[in-house]
Amino acid sequence: MFDLDLWREIFQSINKNRTRSLLSGFTVAFAILLFTILFGIANGLKNTFKEEFADTATNAIFVMSGRTTVANEGYQAGRQIQFKNEDYEYIKEEFKDKIEFITSVVMRNANASYRNEKNSYNLVGVYPDYQFVEKNEIIEGRYINKNDLDNETKVIVIGRLVEEDLFINESAIGKYINLNGIQYKVVGIFMDEGGDNEERIIYMPITTAQRVYGNNDYVNRINLTYSPDLNYDEALGFSSLLTRKLKTRFSVATTDQRAIRVFNMAEGTQQVDQMTLGLTVIILVIGFGTLIAGIVGISNIMIFIVRERTKEIGIRKALGATPRSIISIILIESILITTIAGYVGLLIGVGVLELVVGDKLEVYFITNPGVSYSLLIGATLTLIIAGAIAGYLPAKRASEIKPIVALRND
Amino acid sequence: MLQISQLHKSYPIGDSSLHVLKGIDLSVEEGEMVAIMGSSGSGKSTLLNIIGMLDEADSGDYILDGLKIKDLTEKKAAVYRNKFLGFIFQSFNLINYKNALENVALPLYYQGMKRKERQELAMYHLEKVGLANWAHHLPKELSGGQKQRVAIARALAANPKLLLADEPTGALDTVTSHEIMAFIQQLNDEGKTILMVTHEEDIANMCKRIVRLRDGVIIEDTKVEQVRAEQHV
Repeated sequence: MFDLDLWREIFQSINKNRTRSLLSGFTVAFAILLFTILFGIANGLKNTFKEEFADTATNAIFVMSGRTTVANEGYQAGRQIQFKNEDYEYIKEEFKDKIEFITSVVMRNANASYRNEKNSYNLVGVYPDYQFVEKNEIIEGRYINKNDLDNETKVIVIGRLVEEDLFINESAIGKYINLNGIQYKVVGIFMDEGGDNEERIIYMPITTAQRVYGNNDYVNRINLTYSPDLNYDEALGFSSLLTRKLKTRFSVATTDQRAIRVFNMAEGTQQVDQMTLGLTVIILVIGFGTLIAGIVGISNIMIFIVRERTKEIGIRKALGATPRSIISIILIESILITTIAGYVGLLIGVGVLELVVGDKLEVYFITNPGVSYSLLIGATLTLIIAGAIAGYLPAKRASEIKPIVALRND
Repeated sequence: MLQISQLHKSYPIGDSSLHVLKGIDLSVEEGEMVAIMGSSGSGKSTLLNIIGMLDEADSGDYILDGLKIKDLTEKKAAVYRNKFLGFIFQSFNLINYKNALENVALPLYYQGMKRKERQELAMYHLEKVGLANWAHHLPKELSGGQKQRVAIARALAANPKLLLADEPTGALDTVTSHEIMAFIQQLNDEGKTILMVTHEEDIANMCKRIVRLRDGVIIEDTKVEQVRAEQHV
């Protein structure tokens, strides 16, 4: 029920005791300000961690080959292991229930030119699945598709920065780029959150790459993502099984660390997850600490206020104020001061994060600091509850004041 | 109007207790104007506080306007105080951040009266005590006599059956005291029942009946010839 008179009483009390209200508000505002800034900066740290790993799917596994370092099964050490298309097919077939996306990769360097613009880029021959393993996002056109693979078409998908480098003020889609003397049609442009280098790459169908560069079925590496249904332990088990099977297939000693290398992103992801969790816990502890300090602060000031107003409360009671009306006045005043002051602190904090800090701290691993809307709503509710908690004890004390004692208090 | 019988009250002091009221019997009729006198420590203020429901007796009966006052909850006491009683204090007890009008309107607020209505009524009572022009002044801008008149207006605002005054002239000079007394006498003339604690003989003589307390018992209860305060003004 909205009682206009009650609010009028409360506003009069706040307004007529401005210094006191400001003072108690200041504690809360400051606590919330600190909380917001801490939270925002910690969020920035988290964002940095996330971004470092954002360019590749977190469930990715890379399979690479090298020279053997241990003699095995009659082979001498120093033998070069070379993956071929059949190895890709083998892995795809052998582990089909555990694999989400898989692609083999041919990597080359290419001198690209379009009209007068020239530059050198990494050229990667891929399967369509590569897009999902690398988390590339098509911003224009399309990615490599099955038809390209089957027909060995001379099409390429270029990174956003390749387009920026070679195409001055025009769209690259449909244009032809010259790569080492052969013309390729640009069918798509992608972006990648992993940074500039990841956007200076040219993709073409792996079949085309194999035909043009060596006319063989060699592949440089095999990238895949495991099924998201696998948990952390299962994922590690999968990659070690994969390693074992490949070593057997290529007659590589189990102790050989270089001939077959399988890198599982899950190991890195696990570490980052733990770090972020630790960070979150620290933020929450510090945040709640500040908030509790703020609540205790208001509670103290409210107790002081009640003591100061003992006589007034006694007079009100002598004139017929019920305990409930006394509780309402103190409690609502406390909630009002807490909420308004807290909100001011919150706004200043968000303002500081957005305007003052902004992107200036990126060198210190703080990216895009800020607080989410859900946190703001949560904070508002917390403030109201905090105000109620802070005001409850003093309000209760006020309602228990005996008018006779209060009035004697001259 | 008011019947009290065998009222006892003691306060704990450390391990022992102080027996302040030792069996008070008192009845007051409607329209009376009673002065309760006694030296300090005689129990006169305690008696007034019990009558005013600001304090509760240990034993004995207290009947106000046919209603037995006993074991009241805080809420009920608040409602009864608001409905039956008007208080006038020695130190006025106005709320310092509210202006005269708001102070007078406060008991009406606790009655749940609408804002406009209670302001009109409060204004009427301020006019009655001659302070209509001071309605929007804060207590600190008023003289002692004016403050007490605001307090009287406030005590009257809820139209109580009984007016309780605790040393109403204690903080005022003689001239102002007589002004206030003249006003209280006028209220009594209009039919208000008034109970007043004082230790000043001349003020007590302006009432119609004097009850003397000593050490927690009534030692004298006499009707007196009322001295009109106007004679002194």
